[in-house]
Amino acid sequence: MLANMQGVSEVHSQSGEKIEPLLSLTGISKSFPGVKALSDVSLELYPGRVTALVGENGAGKSTIVKILTGIYQPDEGEISIDGRPVTFSTAQDAGEAGVTAIHQETVLFDDLSVAENIFIGHAPKTRFGLIDRAAMAEKARALLERVGAQIDPAVTLRDLGIANKHLVAIARALSIDAKIVIMDEPTASLSHKEIEETYELVERLKAEGKAILFISHKFDEIFRIADRYTVFRDGQMVGAGRIDDINERELVKLMVGRSVDQVFPNRSPQLGEEVLRVVGYSHPTEFEDIGFTLRKGEILGFYGLVGAGRSEFMQALFGITRPSKGAIRIDDEIAVIRDPNAAIRHGIVYVPEDRGTQGAIKGLPIFQNISLPSLKETSKNGFLRLAEEFRLARDYTQRLDLRAAALDQDIGELSGGNQQKVVIAKWLATKPRVIILDEPTKGIDIGSKAAVHEFMAELAAEGLAVIMVSSEIPEVLGMSDRVIVMREGRIAAEFNREEMTPEHLVRAAAGIAEVRT
Amino acid sequence: MSVTANETGSIERQIPDRLKSPAQRFLASWELLLLGVAVAVFTLNSFASPYFLDAWNLSDATYNFTEKAMIAFAMALLIISGEIDLSVASIIALASTAMGFAVQMGADTSVLILVGVGVGLLCGAFNGVLVTGLGLPSIVVTIGTMSLFRGISYIVLGDKAYTGYPSSFAFFGQGYVWWVVSFEFVLFVLFAIFFAIVLHRTSFGRLVYAIGNNPVGALFSGIQVARVKFVLFLLTGAMSGVAAICLTSRLGATRPSIAFGWELEVVTMVVLGGVSILGGAGSIPGVVIAAFVMGMVTFGFGLLNVPGIVMSIFIGLLLIAVIALPRIARQVLARGRG
Repeated sequence: MLANMQGVSEVHSQSGEKIEPLLSLTGISKSFPGVKALSDVSLELYPGRVTALVGENGAGKSTIVKILTGIYQPDEGEISIDGRPVTFSTAQDAGEAGVTAIHQETVLFDDLSVAENIFIGHAPKTRFGLIDRAAMAEKARALLERVGAQIDPAVTLRDLGIANKHLVAIARALSIDAKIVIMDEPTASLSHKEIEETYELVERLKAEGKAILFISHKFDEIFRIADRYTVFRDGQMVGAGRIDDINERELVKLMVGRSVDQVFPNRSPQLGEEVLRVVGYSHPTEFEDIGFTLRKGEILGFYGLVGAGRSEFMQALFGITRPSKGAIRIDDEIAVIRDPNAAIRHGIVYVPEDRGTQGAIKGLPIFQNISLPSLKETSKNGFLRLAEEFRLARDYTQRLDLRAAALDQDIGELSGGNQQKVVIAKWLATKPRVIILDEPTKGIDIGSKAAVHEFMAELAAEGLAVIMVSSEIPEVLGMSDRVIVMREGRIAAEFNREEMTPEHLVRAAAGIAEVRT
Repeated sequence: MSVTANETGSIERQIPDRLKSPAQRFLASWELLLLGVAVAVFTLNSFASPYFLDAWNLSDATYNFTEKAMIAFAMALLIISGEIDLSVASIIALASTAMGFAVQMGADTSVLILVGVGVGLLCGAFNGVLVTGLGLPSIVVTIGTMSLFRGISYIVLGDKAYTGYPSSFAFFGQGYVWWVVSFEFVLFVLFAIFFAIVLHRTSFGRLVYAIGNNPVGALFSGIQVARVKFVLFLLTGAMSGVAAICLTSRLGATRPSIAFGWELEVVTMVVLGGVSILGGAGSIPGVVIAAFVMGMVTFGFGLLNVPGIVMSIFIGLLLIAVIALPRIARQVLARGRG
């Protein structure tokens, strides 16, 4: 219904004449094995205009950025610049066509100078084909001036602060004399003053006639600097238009507006006694004053934007990092968790978000992954008993409906969803009391997703206390009995089942006023 | 892969334990290939020299690898865990110097054993603290301690040598248990069995593999990664101490240049034995066979009066060949398919 909004509003310049889009994407689709990342989306960018791209995590924003910068090629659809169709087979093609991107975490080289960072790959050359250092320094100085940075181009990048590094990244992006500038959450890790400077820069780029795609989760800045908006949801474009024609509430609705009771298991939670109480957990840089309780059979959701400190807090709870302050009670007894081993002993286990490096131990077979934290039980006097390990692996993989050729298959050969099942099986085999699932369904296929949800509900029904960190609103709403929203390292709000609405969550996470606590 | 022998019509999907039997795995293993190389070297040697197939000559030949192999067993575990210790030969020098010094102080054989193993443990602990405590890369740390440990020996001894070891001490490097079977060879066999059990049959060995394949994942699985690695450095140090006892006993004297360059031969033995230099994979039987291969090659060349430098060229080529061959084979196969 909303798809027909595209292109409805023509864009006019101040004098009233119609402006043609500088870049337009039409009918773009992109699939990955098991997932359709984008389906038939369109996007238009206009010269001298800032278009905000809005959507939940996983809505397809980063996929479209990668298509625009030539990293991915679309399965279907057309990209045109100035009305002429183009194809980007490589990142270089995109650069030559005038597209440049400033990423949230730009890859820069710490040990090179600022000027070298700006011009790496396209440094000005002398007659002999050597790098013309004088010209490079000169051009770098001009570029840095343009982005409003007072940085000596000869300085080594390592010596700059994060904000100045960011400005170097922007200068680098501009060194490719781009017509189209993509800014992917440019203010995510900046302080207030630096954010203001970034806005000024955006204004300057606008005045120069660049077409800007601005990706952000922060509503205040979207309404402040964007001229137009495009909303993605589940890989589809669900709305686009002038920012003046929409308000925050409507934008949030577009972002999250879908029925959430689709695939989630029906639960009637039976809450038991309290198992976990966290008081005043703090960390010098990542989170502050986190406190909550958790009961048997409960699924507690943790929602927030990327970088809100949820994973960092969970890893402290699991003993990977140590808190600077705070205490934990488990079953009314104070528990001191100095390392993961202690957490496991107290019955707290953690299924990490970064499955590839923190969860699965690739190179070891499935059954050895599962028995790893339970070796004390499966072995006898320190000697392995393979039969016991296989039995453990059989029991838990069967419950999780694992798909694999054999239990001695390398876990690295499995699909993401099945790897996740093995990691969950590994922890269940330790018979935990509290299981923390950090983005448990991120990047796994729909089928495995449903299986993980189903299983999570089963576990809660058996009396396990579950903490689920998720950035997917439908998942949070569909699974949680209670939700804690974190923002900038603190608890921003807590909602029970009745108060849980997509609007409440998004508002609390983004720090929009009128949040009920 | 959905239909397997285990699925005999039952409705419930069941994943079989193993895809291949242990015998099938052995047939496709590195160890079998290496065993073939060992047999080939043995056969070539026995044709090349009439003196090769002599019981006493063969017994002598084992001294080419027994001491190095003892260190290689511990080194194999260390490399599988993703670390390395390049200071092992220097630990031998320092341990031997300390034993020589103890002899001057009038120590008897039992004290010498304690000194040898003790110095090895201390050196291993020193490496271990630097790597696991301070988080420094082991290759850099042990290159440093390689110079440090041997440097101390040079300062203590200069161009002198410690001699005068008690006669009972000679048994470790020169004694025979039965007929041609030397004490060192028996020790080699016992340590091979010990390390094979530790690596392949205990939960400690499993932790070593887990850490080598994914140290972060191991940490997130509740494994005390630093502690396991520290123990491995201790073990490697202790085995270097044991090797120092055997070698010093065999030579009957300590010079600061003792065991010079052995660290490379030990690492070569480990890698030739199929241990991944990147960590995570390898076996003790592989290292045992590699020890025999290297010992036989050295001995055979010795019988043919091939100079030492040619031997090291050959060992170097052998190492590159065995590491490159599987990769080349894979590329050729891939090209054939494509």
